[in-house]
Order: sequence, then structure tokens, then C-alpha cells
Amino acid sequence: MKNVSDHRAKKIDVSGMIVMPGGVDIHSHIAGSEVNTGRLLRPEDHFKDSECKTSVTRSGVGYSIPSTFTTGYRYARMGYTTVMNPSMPPLEAKHTHEELNDIPMIDKATYPLLGDWWFVLEYLSQGNIEELARHVAWMISSTKGYAIKIVNPGGLEAWGFGHNVTSLDDQIPHFCITPREIILGLCRVNKLLNLPHSVHLHTNNLGKPGNYATALETMKCVEKLANGEKPVLHITHCQFSAFTGDDWRTLGSGAEEIAKYLNGHSHITIDMGQVIFTDTTTMTADGPFQFGLYGLTGNKWVNHDVETETSAGIVPFHYRKKSFAHATQWSIGLELALLVKDPWKIYMTTDHPNGGPFTAYPKIVAWLTSKKARKATLKKINPKARSRSLLPSIDRELGFYELAIMTRAGQAKALGLKHKGHLGVGADADIAVYNVNPHKTDPSKEYKKIRKAFKHAAYTIKSGRVVVKNGEVLTPVEGATIWLDVKVSDPFKVTADMKRRFREYWTVEYDNYPVTDHYLEISQPIPVKADV
Amino acid sequence: MPYIESVTCPVCGCLCDDIRLRIEAGKIVEVKNGCAMCESKFLGYCGEHRLSKPLLRKNGELVEVSLNEAVKKAAEILTEANYPLLYGWSSTSCEATRVGLELAEEVGGVIDNTSTVCHGPSVLSVQDIGIPSCTLGQVRHRADLVIYWGCDPWSAHPRHIERYTSFSEGRFEKSEWKGYLSKTKALIVKKKIEKALKRVFARQAPSLSPSVRREPPPTLFKQGRKMIVVDVRRTRSAETADYFIQVEPNKDYELLEALRLLVRDEELEVEEVAGIPVAYLEEVADLMIRCNFGALFFGLGLTMSRGKMRNIDAALSLVRDLNTRTKFTIMPMRGHFNVSGADTVFTWQTGYPYAVDFSLCYPRYNPGETSAVDVLLRGETDASLIVASDPVSNFPRKAAEHLVKNPLIVIDPHMNATAQMGDVVIPSALVGVEVEGTAYRMDHVPLPLKKVVEPPEGLISDEEILRKILSEVRKIKTGKTEES
Repeated sequence: MKNVSDHRAKKIDVSGMIVMPGGVDIHSHIAGSEVNTGRLLRPEDHFKDSECKTSVTRSGVGYSIPSTFTTGYRYARMGYTTVMNPSMPPLEAKHTHEELNDIPMIDKATYPLLGDWWFVLEYLSQGNIEELARHVAWMISSTKGYAIKIVNPGGLEAWGFGHNVTSLDDQIPHFCITPREIILGLCRVNKLLNLPHSVHLHTNNLGKPGNYATALETMKCVEKLANGEKPVLHITHCQFSAFTGDDWRTLGSGAEEIAKYLNGHSHITIDMGQVIFTDTTTMTADGPFQFGLYGLTGNKWVNHDVETETSAGIVPFHYRKKSFAHATQWSIGLELALLVKDPWKIYMTTDHPNGGPFTAYPKIVAWLTSKKARKATLKKINPKARSRSLLPSIDRELGFYELAIMTRAGQAKALGLKHKGHLGVGADADIAVYNVNPHKTDPSKEYKKIRKAFKHAAYTIKSGRVVVKNGEVLTPVEGATIWLDVKVSDPFKVTADMKRRFREYWTVEYDNYPVTDHYLEISQPIPVKADV
Repeated sequence: MPYIESVTCPVCGCLCDDIRLRIEAGKIVEVKNGCAMCESKFLGYCGEHRLSKPLLRKNGELVEVSLNEAVKKAAEILTEANYPLLYGWSSTSCEATRVGLELAEEVGGVIDNTSTVCHGPSVLSVQDIGIPSCTLGQVRHRADLVIYWGCDPWSAHPRHIERYTSFSEGRFEKSEWKGYLSKTKALIVKKKIEKALKRVFARQAPSLSPSVRREPPPTLFKQGRKMIVVDVRRTRSAETADYFIQVEPNKDYELLEALRLLVRDEELEVEEVAGIPVAYLEEVADLMIRCNFGALFFGLGLTMSRGKMRNIDAALSLVRDLNTRTKFTIMPMRGHFNVSGADTVFTWQTGYPYAVDFSLCYPRYNPGETSAVDVLLRGETDASLIVASDPVSNFPRKAAEHLVKNPLIVIDPHMNATAQMGDVVIPSALVGVEVEGTAYRMDHVPLPLKKVVEPPEGLISDEEILRKILSEVRKIKTGKTEES
């Protein structure tokens, strides 16, 4: 560390505690139109969980979809300082950014949904990758986004007329193109543009028994793009894509196969999408999947299709220990995390709020670091799920270093955020301190202590300021919005023709589409030089 | 003088953003692409009712004061009040609403927006059932069946049909504009023939077209877009439609439930529902199932007639059921240009879309208890702040009486009925004309509102006024804690 004067710097005694970089969450739905519609849909979710205004903090509500301020405070209390919002319909990007401005305490970024954008489908069917790359560059910069997000490629366009796709090689109606071509094409674009994160993918057939085969096929289909150690594809909330079986009765875990593949290849990273036994709200851009979930549960259902781009769906959901399917899902998430040997390849998430709210992370920490903790939960779950679970046969217990990789360092590396996830020179002064003595505490036995410590950080330091002490917010701070300023050598010209095409595709004018600087309270652009 | 392009029109929930304005010498002189409402707003916003100076009631008279004095007085009123009401918000920017929520939290009041008296029941229904919806472009590109229920877009959202539904040109569905033109021409010819026949046969004029044709016409089953209007009276929109269903007043619920049964292939054992023969309804249900993409738009005819939220329950359930057979979406026709935005900002900050009570230091929501009209009717509020709204002229009389009995602060560009009764009146610059901001279209698409002309001297935006009041409130409060 340089240029720190000894007498002016504040000293904190953290002896006998764990010091980690501030937590990084690669995938958590915290802002934007679907999150907010989820909030609106579920007053019953908020009634049981509210936070009072204090002299420093704003009031708000939880539980599974907390209001904006509460989201920021709750992340900071757990020692998290950076969160990625994974699905933003480009047309409604301003909304996402307005909400992100109201989330204090954390730095954030958001991924525009590009997999079913008509421009993508059209340029890919013409085979015009370079032109597509220029348009994607424009889109990412003008929506102030951070990565290319694909959800159920092709399925969302088909959902426009109430249909779906079921394999990588299905034809997408009206566009003469397949999901495989979308994934491959956008991975190539990602490479051409030199984007720091890989393509962020929610697979086809998500949430359907037997879908582990689709996940594996997806991983294999981008094998040829592998380039050294840099991953080309991130498969998000992989638990939801790792089912074996033919129907819900024969549901089983595909974690072993997926872990085996990941252990032998380095072009893929994944995150868990761990299920927590609680009442939560599922929300994805995968409209057809959400409709299926409505059919399965009969719960209230919201659908929101976005012209030319994407769709979205919301269904409240309760994961029960006594349900065979839910308990199996719970087991799959942990199996994935424990069977993948390299912690740099798999990250801890709940796909908040789909698997459960992010506030449950300390529970996952306990499950990952203690076999005893897993056993305690296994005892309570559905007996059929218990007998089929691989967990009793897994002895691995993560150490604190592995945990630090899965909860911050690995995520920051996968995101290409050079100033996050480490405590070296050049890192932001985002630090989390947990009140556990790693030399004296055996996480394997004292998992309850670990859970408690990770629930309330002893200190959270954001940009060099102590913002949380013993789980209480001391000073509210604003976080920055990180986005990519993608520079292409020959950006496409905004011609009259382009404006006309724009007017035909969307119901808003070209001039009113981009997110202007006005919408980012603290803007942190990262310049990226593209190869086109 | 060049045009300013792509201006967003701050009038109705359509939020058309293709308006062209010509400015000369700091004034708007020409409006292109806009409807009549848009034109009158852009050309007439500086009319005789425009407020120019802050006013304070002294000895029963409103007298001109400085902005600082008005802000101070407003802050005093709000700090002294136990349970102030902050109401309005639908005709201002999201940025202003954001500050308004912070202010409501600071003074521990109840904050509500105009949804409470228009689409409030729709929100309650959505919270029970959910809503299968989409953005308007999706309707433009794909809808081959458009239903307007209890609303009259031709008059209230004049460009809705042209920009987003039947008369718009989409990727998969084409505009029906030409069909409508030839239909209108044919009608004119028909009328001429009738007149001529009347003249020839003196008294016994054969009627060619009965005034209300109730049977579904064969054209309803053609290829391309179809439009159905359901209403209690034959509106201009009904004239435009391929089929008009005249529902008996207050019978919408029955009609919706009948359609729901038919869509589920149940038999109806009555001849008529809500004045419409079941045989016709069967054809309509058939049409709904057979379409590729249906869109139902509903207005206050459904939310504010007998049954209220139960009507919406039925409509949402009908559309949800239809999704097991085909693709169908439903959307409320929001009135004020930013009522969706007000709901949106309320929800992200507090978790609830309207009627939020901060009196216990955390957001509480219970429409019927914490909604504006109810707290006024129970006489619980002891001060009010009204922003960009006119409750005195449209709230129930008893509620308005209680509103004006207590200290009343009004922030509005115009001298409306509420402002006339106000104790502190602060004029603001018009958002979308004189200051910029953000508004949400009825389908939740955010659009920027532009500043096209300078505001009159001394006028600032709602957002800035509210910020000033908020900082003044905080000053008074810290002063008080220091004293004690």
C-alpha cells in the first residue's frame, strides 16, 4: 500500500478474525422491471419483514425481493460489496439503472439480454458476425451494460407466439436459425469485442427433468472456441440445468456428469443457483419456463414480453424440505459445488431470488464447509430424495481460502473485474472482516458459529470507509455502476435507414433509447478495445 | 428555425415520443405528429391559469411571497403535522416522486398516488392473480385480435390504435388502416343511398343497416387484425371496431365470467348474458381461442364500475386461461402520463405501489385503510401536500372537505381548484416542456421527458422544490433535537 500516512489512517484491530476482499455476487436479480413487478406482486412477502428508518438508513421491506435500500444494506451486512444484476431488457434499461441508483452500499453492474434480440437473430442468419459485433458493442454501451446475457436462446422469440424450443437444434420460428447458432455466434462476438466477462447463459430446457444433457451439449458446442485459460461461456444457476430423469417422479441429479465435464475442461465456468428451503419468488426472462411453473404450482403468474428483445415471467414459489423434487434440487446445488474440484470454476449463488433470497448465503457457507451441517439438513428432507442424494458420499469440506474464491475472488476473475476480489495492489479498498478465528475454529464442527459470523460481518469496508460494524450499517454510501465503454474501430453509422429500422422494430424513437449519463448517479465506465 | 425531434408528449399513458416541435423566440409555435391533447398541451401550457409566483394564505387571502418563505412555511406545516398526506405524483417525473417518498418517510406521513382512484383495483387484482402482459410493441408486431374493454382509446388515448394496435404496421401483422378507410367510405356511400331512397320512396324508407348490429359479422373471421370493443355505449372506438359488444351497465363481471366458461369449453344454460345472446358469445370465445396473439386493454369502465377489482379478477383470469390455448396478453389503459412511473418508484423504494403509510417508520400498505380517500374520510390527516394533482375537484366531497380544513400545501404549475383552497401554493415548471425528467409508459417502458423551452423566470421543477422542502424539514428537525 502506498501513500497512507500512519497517523491519519484509522486503525482497526481485527486480530483473530478472517479478513477477505468484499464479496462479489455474479448473479443476483436486485433491480429492474421484473424484480420490481415481483415486489408489486407480493405484498404478502413484505408484510412479515420490514426495516425501520434510522438516523442513517432508509426504511424498506424484505423478504425474498427486498426494496432497493434494504437490498444494499443486507448485502453490506454480509460483507458483500459488488453485485451483478443479471437480466436487463435493453428497452427498459433506464428503469434498471434508476433502481440501481437507489441501491446503496454496493458497486453494481447489469447484463443486457441479447440472445433473442432481432438484430442478433437476423445478423446471425446472414452470417454477418462483424456487423453484429458492432451492434452488440453499441447496445452494451448505450444500455450501460456489462456482459452479454442469453436466456433460453430462441425460446423467448418463440414465446412471442406462445411456443418454445426444446433442443439446441430446433428451428426458431420465422428466423431460420437455431439456439446453437445463437450461442456460438454471441460467443464469437464476445471474443471479437474483448469483453471482460464471458457470455452469461441461462440454458435451454431449464427446470425440466433430463435437462443435464442439454447443459452438457451446450458446454460441448463451444469447446472449439476454447482459448487457453480464459473461459468462453458462463452457465448460470447450473443447478436448474442439472436434472436427470424423465419426469418429476424420476428426477435425479446430473451433478456428477456436469462436474466430470468441468473437471476436464477449462472453457466453462458455472454458478450454483442453490435452493434454500423457504418461500421465495421466482423470476427469469425465460417466459415459457415461468408459464410451466405456473402450470405446476397454480400460483399467481406474471408474464412480461418485451418487443424485439426478450420476455420475463414471475411466479411465487415455496421450496419444501418434504418435497422430493425440491429436496433433490437442494442436493444437486451442493453436489455441484463439492464435486467440481477447482473452486475457480464454480461460484456461490442462489440465483437470488429464484433459489432463495441472498440473505441465505451464510447457510450455504455452512453446508459447504461442514459435512455435519449437510447431515443435519439431510436428516430433515424427503426420505426418497435423501436416499438418492450423493451428499452422504461426499466428504469434501471447503477451507476458508476455497470459500473466498467461490464467494469473491473467482467471481471477480470470471467477471474480469481487476479491482475486485483481491487485497493486492490496485484493488479497491472493499474488505469484509468476519469474526471467526480460522486457527481456533473448526468450521466442520462449529458450523453454527460460522453461519452466524458470515451473516453479520464484523466490519464491511467500502472504498476505504467502514460502512458496517457488527452487522449494523454505520454510514450509508453510494456505490458505482460499472459498465463497458466498448470502442470499435468502425462503429455503425446512425443513418436515416437505421432510424427507420429502429422505428419499425421498437415503439420508441432512436434518440430516446440509449441510457444517458443522467441515469447513472456514479458512473464507472471500463474502456474496452474491440477487434472490429 | 429547425424542429426539435423525438419529443415525448407528457399527456396520457401512451407517452408518444415521436413529437416534432418548432420553437420560435423561446416559444413553441408548431406541433407535429401529436394528437389534439398533445397540441393543446404544447401550445397552451402558458395559459391564463398558469401560476407564476409562490403564494401564501395570510388573513384568508393568498398573497405573493418569495420561494424561500413558501418553502419554509411548507416545511413547518409538514414537521408540525402528526399524520400528513402527500398525494398526487402521477403527472410529474419519477425523479420528483423519488424525493417525495423520502420526504414522506422523513415526516412520517402517508403517501399515495392517483392510482388509488383509477387503476388501484387493477393493482389489487394483479396482487391476487398476476398478469400476463407485454410491451406495446409486442402487440404491434404480433396481435391479430385486439379487444378494448371499458375504454375509449379514440378519445382518451387518441394515438393508441394508430401507434400500437390495429392501425400500426408490425412485423407479423399489418395495419388495418386501409380496411378501416374503405369501411368508412362504404358507410358514407350507404348513407347516401339511404338518403336517396328516402327521397324516392318518400315515407317508406327501407333501412339498410340497423343502428346496432349485434351478430358477429363474417368479417370478424377474416385473416389479419381484428378489433372488438366492449362498452356500455357506442363510442368512437366502437365505430372503428370490427365488432362492438354493448354490455349492459354493471354487467361486465357476468360477461367476463361467461367468456371464461366458454373458453374452458363449458356449456352456458342461459340464452343471454349481460344483454348479449350466448350464441354470439360462443363465436367471440372461439375467435379468442383461434387467434395467434390476442391483446385485451381495459379502462376505468371495468375498474370503477360495479364489482371493481372483481371485474379485473375475471378479466385477468380469462386472459390467463386463454394462455393455455393460445397467446393472450392484457394491459390496463393508464391515464396520466406517469402514473405507471409513480407506481414503479413507490414499489422499488417501499415494496408497495401506492397507499404507503410511514407513520410507524417503515412502509405499511393496506388500501382501504392507508389510501388517500380513506384517511381523509376518517378525518385522520392534519396536513396535506398535493403535487401535480387536483383532488379538491375530483375526490368525494367529504374527503375534499377534510383536506381543505387542514393546512394544505400545493405544488402545481396551474391554479386549479385545490390550489385555490391551498395555504401554501408553490408554482412549478412543467416537466416534459420546461424541465426534463423520466416517465413510464402504460407498459412500463421508461422514456425521457425533454426540456424544450425555458421555464418562466423563477420557476423550478417539482423535484427541486421538494428537495428544498426536505432539507428545510431536516433543518427544523435537527434544530428541535438540539434544543431538547
